[in-house]
Amino acid sequence: MSDTGIGAAVRRKEDFRFLTGKGHYTDDINRPGQAYAYFLRSPHAFARIRKIDTAAAKAAPGVIAVYTGADTNAAKVGSLPCGWVVTGKSGEPHKAPAHPPLAVDTVRYVGDHVAVVIAESRAQAKDAAEKIAVDYDVLKPVISVTDAAKPGAPQVHADVPGNICYDWEIGDKAATDAAFAKATHVTKLDLVNNRLIPNAMEPRAAICEYDSGVDSYTCFVTNQNPHVLKLILCAFVLGLSESKLRVVAPDVGGGFGSKIYCYAEETVLLWASKHVGRPIKWAAERSESFLSDAHGRDHVTHAELALDKDGKFLGFRVATLANVGSYLSTFATAVPSYLYATLLAGQYTTPAIHAEVKTVFTNTAPVDAYRGAGRPEATYVLERIVEVAARETGIDRAEIRRRNFVPPDAFPYQTPVALAYDSGNYAAALDLALKHADYKGFAARKVEAEKRGRLRGIGLSCYIEACGIAPSAVVGALGAGVGLWESGQVRFNPTGSVTIHTGAHSHGQGHETTFAQLVSDTLGVPIENIEVVHGDTDKVPFGMGTYGSRSLAVGGSAIMRACDKIITKGKKIAAHLMEAAVEDVEFSKGVFKVSGTDKNVSMQQVAFTAYVPHNYPEGLEPGLDETAFYDPLNFTFPAGTHVAQAEIDPQTGVTEVVNWVAVDDFGNVINPLIVEGQVHGGIAQGIGQALLEGCVYDPESGQLLTGSFMDYCMPRADDLPSFKVDTTKTPCPHNPLGVKGCGEAGAIAAPPALINAVTDALGIMHMEMPATREKVWRAARSGPLKRAAE
Amino acid sequence: MPTVSMTVNGKSVSRDIEDRTLLVEFLRDHLGLTGTHVGCDTSQCGACVVHIDGKSVKSCTMLAVQAEGVTVTTIEGLATDGKLHPMQEAFREHHGLQCGFCTPGMVMSAVDLVKRHPNPSEETIRHGLEGNICRCTGYHNIVRAVQAAATNMRG
Repeated sequence: MSDTGIGAAVRRKEDFRFLTGKGHYTDDINRPGQAYAYFLRSPHAFARIRKIDTAAAKAAPGVIAVYTGADTNAAKVGSLPCGWVVTGKSGEPHKAPAHPPLAVDTVRYVGDHVAVVIAESRAQAKDAAEKIAVDYDVLKPVISVTDAAKPGAPQVHADVPGNICYDWEIGDKAATDAAFAKATHVTKLDLVNNRLIPNAMEPRAAICEYDSGVDSYTCFVTNQNPHVLKLILCAFVLGLSESKLRVVAPDVGGGFGSKIYCYAEETVLLWASKHVGRPIKWAAERSESFLSDAHGRDHVTHAELALDKDGKFLGFRVATLANVGSYLSTFATAVPSYLYATLLAGQYTTPAIHAEVKTVFTNTAPVDAYRGAGRPEATYVLERIVEVAARETGIDRAEIRRRNFVPPDAFPYQTPVALAYDSGNYAAALDLALKHADYKGFAARKVEAEKRGRLRGIGLSCYIEACGIAPSAVVGALGAGVGLWESGQVRFNPTGSVTIHTGAHSHGQGHETTFAQLVSDTLGVPIENIEVVHGDTDKVPFGMGTYGSRSLAVGGSAIMRACDKIITKGKKIAAHLMEAAVEDVEFSKGVFKVSGTDKNVSMQQVAFTAYVPHNYPEGLEPGLDETAFYDPLNFTFPAGTHVAQAEIDPQTGVTEVVNWVAVDDFGNVINPLIVEGQVHGGIAQGIGQALLEGCVYDPESGQLLTGSFMDYCMPRADDLPSFKVDTTKTPCPHNPLGVKGCGEAGAIAAPPALINAVTDALGIMHMEMPATREKVWRAARSGPLKRAAE
Repeated sequence: MPTVSMTVNGKSVSRDIEDRTLLVEFLRDHLGLTGTHVGCDTSQCGACVVHIDGKSVKSCTMLAVQAEGVTVTTIEGLATDGKLHPMQEAFREHHGLQCGFCTPGMVMSAVDLVKRHPNPSEETIRHGLEGNICRCTGYHNIVRAVQAAATNMRG
């Protein structure tokens, strides 16, 4: 292994600009003559709009234009579409009500878009928005998913009876019922997966402009998949030719799912830019991010696990209500179905599984993928109920899991819920995690903690996820409106440096380094001579972007295929230069050699020859620039075990996470430094979900009560421990790199591990997330310690 | 419109501005120093931290006119002659940043923290950076970076 090749902890190429303030985030970009937009948002969760009077706003200082839904409607700006059609039990497709970018006659959540003001400055746009008079007929909203699913609930959309988007199932109900009939023990659990607000640190922003000279548009935007956004905006919303729109997602300050989607703001800006004839910039204030970024999670679930006398899982039954919010966001429907219930087998051989999911509209912000997207919800259900089953049956929490693991010789393993796991060794990860966590010494540590007045608990989470989304034909059969391949282009420049173009998009993942490592290692080009270009639809081939831990498994594989093409062509050029037969030429570490001789030419010479083809193979095209499109053969299945240890102060309810062990199997690792960083960040978000974060709407009014960083508790440095991170390795057998994906593991594994630890410490079966200090304090007062004291 | 004058990254600057202009808006919109970021509207996230007369300050929480006559250092002014400050170098070495958005504020806060605590414990670092939110790193590598930088800055 070289110090910059595959497997090396290469320091990131992108860091210098970020560390010196030279990044180019969307709001850092300014276009000549730009105006500024401010969106007037609904103060009500549900209301009819009787009248909007914009006259005073239009007359306010600096105002260029004010538009409402009447304007966008008249201009035939389309509905924001949902890109994945889920078919319910009855064979009916999901209900996808109209989602106008500016509300036409009804607002359906606090923060819904009512009007846009375009002015000479941000402050003038905001000032003028205050002068818009909106006459609302306020309606009774429905906020919680359980309330919305009840008969007689307020109807969020007139064309969606009972607020049900779809009623869907997966698995074999009859087989599952039969499994329960022969069970010796059944564990039941009701649980909520708390609603979260993603809060990437960079708020969403966009600058849109229209060039009348060539009749085309440019949109700079905070986005994770610029080509997908371009496709949606052109083909589904604005009716533009795709050749007339350039989307640029420059440096993007975190996404976590929230920047996948096609939002109202960039849609309206793009449309308005032609009307006002000037570039228009918009940047969300954090309050707007809270209100209008797509939220995550928000499930209410009942689960039952059937066990035999030895603790073997016989059957698993799950019923979930999932909140999709007021409108369907771009991929909202796939998350609580195909990205959730297909993961309910976990690491276990449970032979019969049946899951029912009802997705429900409410008067809240749209809900879509947030780091993990369905897989954290599945893992939380499964790893919580397995924990409760262990406590009920008295079987050790590690042992009950081990007894039910899919064994290492069973791969490929077909689960009862559609997925076929490719490779894994779950016991290896569990064993290593228990060793790092000194599982055997836990009882003594618990006793020692008690002497200090602390309640100590330990929690396990043996998670699996499906990443590298996904084989296009498979997702197409399940309702996806897009293919989920990726593009990679490896372009040699004449003097031997390389520019990689990728359809993936980095918003913190370090692609500029990892992808450069791949090419450096494969083609023998010094890493400092490699640049990675992404995020600009005018520069890179059509690509599907970054989400679902897919960039390396799918995008990296595309780059490897492009490298293969480079080598194949390079061999022809090298053979000509060395006057040898092509089949006698071998390539290694940047050098083409004639087998068995010392004749050789360098990659650099070959590249130069390709561009200056004076002495060149007859019939071969000049140039050395190859593009590959890679469509994966399967999902990848990262898995592992996390062990959380927590200590609770029963006097204050403060939970301190005192130890965290993560052992993950990501297959082959390209850059361990970056992989560890991804794990750290995921765990932090998972701990955030378990202990701190929770989106709260007022159940009556639908006002967002957690609408700022003062109300929504983000994990801060002093809330978290340092993490012990290690890996096991079963390479992915079906992609060229043997990689599985690491971006979401922590967020998937962490919540059940920590809630298992907290409930273990308190001696209770369950506690809903977030396990706030108040909840923990109340539980501690009625828990075993108090009883012991009495 | 009042005129405000100050020294920013070693240069004297003077501009006519609206009274309500925040210092961060002055730096970004009037001086083009976009390394200082805006991540919230409640003075919580710390993406906008700069140094004023050597002390870390959230530049979203101060009017530009309040900065009359002061010396401001932003992230753009931290490296000298193209050489990274030890804190910047440590963040790079220890992978203390991912998306990079919180990084300028985090680095500026960390420089001030180490100035006040030349040999900080992990607890001191975590407590000291409580006013800077990072959504990517889980803070693990930020803590490592600050520890390493403190060692290097002590010489």
